[in-house]
Amino acid sequence: MSVLVSARGLTRVYDIGRGWFREPAHLQAVGGVSFELAAGHTLAVVGESGCGKSTLARMVTLIEPPSSGRLMIDGLNAVTPPASEKPRLRRTVQIVFQNPYGSLNPRKRVGTILEEPLIINTNLSKQERRRQVLEMMAKVGLRPEQHSRYPHMFSGGQRQRIAIARALMLSPKLLVADEPVSALDMSVQAQVLNLLVDLQAELGLAYLFISHDLGVVRHIAHDVMIMYLGVVMEHGAKERIFARPLHPYTQTLLAATPGMGKNRKRIIAKGELPSPLNPPAGCVFSTRCPYVTDQCRRERPVLRPLDERLVACHYAERFLEQPAA
Amino acid sequence: MPLLEIENLSVTFPSQTSDLYAVDGVSLTLERGDVLGIVGESGSGKSVAMLAVMGLVAFPGQVTADRLTFEGRDLLRLSDNERRALTGKDVAMIFQEPTTSLNPSFTIGYQLAETLILHEKMDRKAARRRTIELLDQVGIPAPEGRLDAYPHQLSGGMNQRVMIAMAIACNPKLLIADEPTTALDVTIQAQILDLLLSLQRDRGMALILITHNMGVVADTTARVAVMYAGQIMEERSTESLFGSPQHPYTAALLAARPEASDGGRLATIPGVVPGAYDRPRGCLFAPRCAYATPHAAECRPELRPWQNGLIRCHYPLGDTTRDERIAADRRAAPPAAAPEVA
Ligand SMILES: Nc1ncnc2c1ncn2[C@@H]1O[C@H](COP(=O)(O)OP(=O)(O)O)[C@@H](O)[C@H]1O
Ligand SMILES: Nc1ncnc2c1ncn2[C@@H]1O[C@H](COP(=O)(O)OP(=O)(O)O)[C@@H](O)[C@H]1O
Ligand code: SF4
Ligand SMILES: [Mg+2]
Ligand SMILES: [Mg+2]
Repeated sequence: MSVLVSARGLTRVYDIGRGWFREPAHLQAVGGVSFELAAGHTLAVVGESGCGKSTLARMVTLIEPPSSGRLMIDGLNAVTPPASEKPRLRRTVQIVFQNPYGSLNPRKRVGTILEEPLIINTNLSKQERRRQVLEMMAKVGLRPEQHSRYPHMFSGGQRQRIAIARALMLSPKLLVADEPVSALDMSVQAQVLNLLVDLQAELGLAYLFISHDLGVVRHIAHDVMIMYLGVVMEHGAKERIFARPLHPYTQTLLAATPGMGKNRKRIIAKGELPSPLNPPAGCVFSTRCPYVTDQCRRERPVLRPLDERLVACHYAERFLEQPAA
Repeated sequence: MPLLEIENLSVTFPSQTSDLYAVDGVSLTLERGDVLGIVGESGSGKSVAMLAVMGLVAFPGQVTADRLTFEGRDLLRLSDNERRALTGKDVAMIFQEPTTSLNPSFTIGYQLAETLILHEKMDRKAARRRTIELLDQVGIPAPEGRLDAYPHQLSGGMNQRVMIAMAIACNPKLLIADEPTTALDVTIQAQILDLLLSLQRDRGMALILITHNMGVVADTTARVAVMYAGQIMEERSTESLFGSPQHPYTAALLAARPEASDGGRLATIPGVVPGAYDRPRGCLFAPRCAYATPHAAECRPELRPWQNGLIRCHYPLGDTTRDERIAADRRAAPPAAAPEVA
């Protein structure tokens, strides 16, 4: 198993202006996230809105640099890559967004949209570019005659196929997918998920798959990383985590997910997400956790190995005894 | 007398080229205290059907029905005044976006109190007391302190609670909740659904929950209607619908859920929902259905009683004669070409 992406302590802090006379506030959107992702594997990043998923995606796709931490992609230092390697690095990582409507230029034909990355990044002949575009369209389930149509002539699912095709034109090794099926209808979501699985098998792609939907994640992921307020709560193999979640936040998410919480004790998290500008002092989940103690409010639990996964809770051992789901 | 009776409700939006059948022959009956889910993909007519019940379909939408009554009163023949007195008091509706019901320029305390003064004829002092009570009931901590807050100062979940407080202020007999949790995070969604159900239980209020999420109906409703392209395809108890769906569309939707997967490929439904220009003449699901026959493509099935529920299909899945009849109907004429992917 070769490691394609290795992140160590990735952190992103935003300075938020508060008017002329006050110091800017610091908002830590992602606070020290580490993971490894192997070729052909899928790591799902799960959490509620504002927990830092998209910020992490932007750092991994080199759209914005981390404030601190290390990021290696395909053997290259991706934070400060040597200038000569930058083009190769950019081609290695591509991204697909949630909204297939917003991410495609409405004035360009599908063929042009797909050809563009080849024009910019390669010096292939016109015929060869066209051949590759048609080949990719076939791969994602679009018909050749759709080549000269405009994005608005396609359904939501088809547009997401176009977005995926465009991301794959330069044969990346890593595809970052930020909520790729969240905007799609139920019947279409399954088609796009199947496509992603097929493409991974065929091309050996690694996915950093971002989602707030645990049902989708359980289907598509190999590993799962659960985030809350920019911090990792639990991280490990999917089977482990779904069978026996050891973090109270993971348990809460599972219990709250419609259709998945049926046979579980219904744990309802108290209150709302704290402001990321003023995160709780100890455990970030302490203001909502049903098991909170004084120690939790004082001490931030470290992410530590337990039962073949990583978990950040002082009392995770307690949940080892619960019957596996 | 049922609380709400809908018979053959249709809403069309005329256009120069071809009319859009947003709601096409919907029938539903709701008793006091019922909890009904309406589930369907986007554009299936869930919202428009319930807006028609509220009398909120705007021009040029055309509403027709054989029967549309609330406690026996004909909703189609109400004067504007009678309608205003009914909706907002006996029937209330909440939406996905709290901002559609909350006015951004007034404090939430003011808006709630105004509702009470208008509909319940309370004086200002009583309205203030009741407002605090209502905010407390919908789980807003320290409600006195929130009276002067504007909607933009509250989170999405908190605004949704305020909207629910407005909706229940006049003790409605029916609350229609249109995707009330779709914009919220799952932990907040669970809180809001629990709140709606406990209010429903405590007050004996009927609840119609509109959602596109199969899991939400499974967890919260007793009965569910599945809509597709403006029509109800199947209606029965939630337990039996999930346990043994009878309509091929229901079965296909349930099978396509990632939760239903055993790790292999997900079942899919080929094709896309019909639009204004390619509305099938026969069964609306026929172009995407694995069991379609020339007969189904030609002849629109009626919504009819079937196994303790209602179904709109020529060949219900639990019908022991269906294989034979499908084969016979296919022999009568060759099947049409397969639909394309979405
Ligand atoms: N460019 C930015 N400037 C300031 N704050 C930001 C910026 N981008 C994201 N944030 C903040 O960082 C946190 C994480 O955001 P995001 O990564 O978008 O979360 P998610 O994708 O999980 O919803 C949020 O509190 C968000 O408001
Ligand atoms: N005011 C309107 N004018 C024209 N078409 C409309 C209007 N409102 C809704 N529609 C159409 O009616 C159909 C049903 O819409 P809707 O009830 O909102 O679906 P759902 O709530 O199930 O997602 C859709 O095709 C929608 O585009
Ligand atoms: S450390 Fe304490 S507050 Fe945090 S998740 Fe564990 S029990 Fe809950
Ligand atoms: Mg995001
Ligand atoms: Mg709607």
